[in-house]
Amino acid sequence: MDIDPTTPLLYVLADDLELRGAKLGCGLGQCGACTVIVKGQSIRSCITPIESVDGADITTLEGLGTIQKPHPLQKAFIEEGAAQCGFCLNGIIMTAKAFLDKKPKATEEEIQKAMSGVLCRCFTHVRMLRAIKKAGQEMAR
Amino acid sequence: MKNPLKKKSKAQQKQTLTPDALAALRKSGFSRRTFLKSTGALIVTFSVAGIYEIAKAQDNFAGGVAGSPPLDQVDSWIAIGADGNVAAYTGKCELGQGIATAQTQLVAEELCVPFSRVKLIYCDTSMTPDQGVTSGSQSHPANFNKSNLAQAGATARQALLQLASKQLGVPVDELAAKDGVISAKSDPSKKVSYGQLLGGKKFDLKLDVNAKRKSPSEWTVLGKPVPRQDLPALVTGEFKFVHNVRVPGMLHGVVVRPPAVGATLIGVDESSVQGMPGLVKVVVKKNFVGVVAEKRWQAIQAANKLKVNWTPGAGLPSHADFYDYVRNQKPTRDTLLVNSKDVDPKLSEAATVVKATYYHPYQMHGSMGSSCAVADVQGDKATIWSPTQGVWHQRGTSAMILGLKPEDVRIIFTRGSGCYGINGADTVTYDAALLSQAVQKPVRVQLTRKDEMAWENYGFAFVMDERAGLDAQGNIIAWDHEAWSPVLGNRPGYSTPGNVITGLLVGFQPEPFGARSPSPEPTSFNNNSNGVPSYVAGQVNGAVRGTGTIKSERALIHNTPSPFWTGPLRSPARLQNTFAHEGFMDELASRAKADPVEYRLRHLSDPRLMDVVKAAATKASWDPRPSPKPRTTKTGVVTGRGVACVAYERDNGFSAMVAEVEVDQDTGKVSVKHIVLANDSGPISNPDGLRNQIEGGALQGMSRALMEEVTWDDQKVTSYDWRTYRTLPLGFDVPKIDAVLLDRRDEAACGAGETAITVVAAAIGNAIFDATGARIRQVPFTPERVKAALSQRT
Repeated sequence: MDIDPTTPLLYVLADDLELRGAKLGCGLGQCGACTVIVKGQSIRSCITPIESVDGADITTLEGLGTIQKPHPLQKAFIEEGAAQCGFCLNGIIMTAKAFLDKKPKATEEEIQKAMSGVLCRCFTHVRMLRAIKKAGQEMAR
Repeated sequence: MKNPLKKKSKAQQKQTLTPDALAALRKSGFSRRTFLKSTGALIVTFSVAGIYEIAKAQDNFAGGVAGSPPLDQVDSWIAIGADGNVAAYTGKCELGQGIATAQTQLVAEELCVPFSRVKLIYCDTSMTPDQGVTSGSQSHPANFNKSNLAQAGATARQALLQLASKQLGVPVDELAAKDGVISAKSDPSKKVSYGQLLGGKKFDLKLDVNAKRKSPSEWTVLGKPVPRQDLPALVTGEFKFVHNVRVPGMLHGVVVRPPAVGATLIGVDESSVQGMPGLVKVVVKKNFVGVVAEKRWQAIQAANKLKVNWTPGAGLPSHADFYDYVRNQKPTRDTLLVNSKDVDPKLSEAATVVKATYYHPYQMHGSMGSSCAVADVQGDKATIWSPTQGVWHQRGTSAMILGLKPEDVRIIFTRGSGCYGINGADTVTYDAALLSQAVQKPVRVQLTRKDEMAWENYGFAFVMDERAGLDAQGNIIAWDHEAWSPVLGNRPGYSTPGNVITGLLVGFQPEPFGARSPSPEPTSFNNNSNGVPSYVAGQVNGAVRGTGTIKSERALIHNTPSPFWTGPLRSPARLQNTFAHEGFMDELASRAKADPVEYRLRHLSDPRLMDVVKAAATKASWDPRPSPKPRTTKTGVVTGRGVACVAYERDNGFSAMVAEVEVDQDTGKVSVKHIVLANDSGPISNPDGLRNQIEGGALQGMSRALMEEVTWDDQKVTSYDWRTYRTLPLGFDVPKIDAVLLDRRDEAACGAGETAITVVAAAIGNAIFDATGARIRQVPFTPERVKAALSQRT
């Protein structure tokens, strides 16, 4: 692809590759809606120039699982009914994924701390935190 | 990349119908829905001002705006395919509140078909009826009571039974409908399916207001916690938001808003961006400026580099003194809601008179995703994918913006980020339409975070004076509420695009302020704003319509001109007025040395409101005693509990909340530990959906009560991102929430999205008082403000 190397990764994912998971929430790295995982680390793709991830493996929400075969986090979110508008879900699930991969047996406090930089303006917090905890238990198995 | 790309075929993308709509049409056996025209009786079952006028003027349809499928025809709502699958059409859209699932349940229930065989199609001006705006806790009452979608379903079932009766030679009352098949009760082998009876054909039938609805005791689909149908696609990234709409040949637009409130355009130096890669056009129309480029990043860079000269702003009133400014502004538009005309003499007789002033700031919708729309305007036709809450309103106003005929504009609702009222959805739709028209190609626009936040129509600021008189026993004998609230703009409605920023920039004016002082006397009881406290009798013209017992009453609201755009934000005015009423009620209870729950019940008369108060208190194991709690220390962490309640819009939902808080008296930090919320929204259509709304409303209310406030300097808004406008992130110390759902199956369906949030600030404020003895009368309850209040304690 012929792309300006300063282009934020998000626009390449959303426009050139037409992926729907990562979303532009704020464009400032403040809300988490654009989160993807690179080298096991959750990063904000809206402020990440494409040149800085040249050659890297990038995991997007679509890469976690499908409707037929959801990832434990996706499954837990469905089971807990953990969404309202759903715009933030990408940021919530991808941030939780990067964290739980490292620490599946995290305590509630640790999960809360890990999620402290992610927003949900519908305030589905109770269900989302419950789903993350549940998924962690499954992922620890 | 780990994901193989799934490119859609060009043919698929070129379809003018949304994929969902197409699939549903195919599923229903239709090639294309045709519109119905009727000159039949006008059935307007919702009270959106203006609809009557437009309906009468056009006179070629039976409700809704011209061009809408007539609201009184079953075919406008329900279609049965040859395979017996059902397509249901509605004007109430899914915004994330769960109403699509509930409406699908409703149609499945009334038609006696499985949930999975109903496809709901909502909010596309090419096929769905005009039901105004999806807002104001009106979707549940509008479509679940004796009208609209529910009555269309009941009429359709009745018609199908009659058809089956003829075909089978069995009387209707000896027939039973189940799973889309009608059979004789005595001989189930005598049966006929909906597809056989009507598949692919029209009902050609008017809605029958007397068609018998299913009784809640017969419900098999409604009343059940049916999971949200959009969840699997949402969590896997397959779901298509408006942000994901991609049209062949689509370009990207970015708008350049004025740098200050009231600034106007002097000129644009197009040479400043000449030769930038991908740049297609710089668009200027009056004070509207935008750029279009091939790629999003190119458009953003061009917009940033474009030299635009503006006049200075008009100047803004000081933020620090704003509430005094509001109170003293002229002219005003005054509205008396109740006036027994004896408040002053009653207060002069009172043993004790209590006065207090409450303050609520402008707050923003602050959608998680900045607003986005895609428009394809070519020649005199436009197709627009918009997250608007009202497609027919958007059609009319987009047509005005573009100078096209409304019938040549098609608005396709496509879900955006949760809006909680009027966010940037309507204005960004105009932005996309204008830029697309300028280049005659499809254009996608997504606002920057700053443009979303600095120019949206904020939730109302309020200054509220409360006065009440107590008799020697501590009973309230008179209550006076007087409030001031600035307004500018609103939802655009059918014909006022100037009610939002883009409309103004291209030369349309906001709706007139309409100064009026003094207010006329009220002619009927209307508590849509909850300006009338729950504890007064609500006497107007000899009728007593309030929820309380206090007979000496006055409620007067003054609207004043606002320097910022305003519009409905979840529980508009209701939340602010309730914050004052319920905080003040707590002050009165404390003055009377009464338990706040008992004191409320003592002054209430409405059984449904009393029931939610009792239910919340019971669930919270309420300890009856006056507030504040006897204090042992003025330092360290203390705990307390508070209660608040509301009869939302008088009769559109009832809720009561008990909040338990911890207050750190050294830092002023407030932590909410436990919330109990009792709710009555009439019959519960989907308990899990209702619970989700209540949990979300409670926490959103908490964020608004503790953190949220729009700020500005002398020229511009200074709350323009998540550092300058704070919200509770996912990782905060989330309280335990217990929702108590009262299922009132014999009552009408009420609103459910705004009941919980309305009582939160008051319940938390009252809990802070209980814990510390300090009364906080200004939202948000920041640590600084709490500390200041604590330092005032004697």
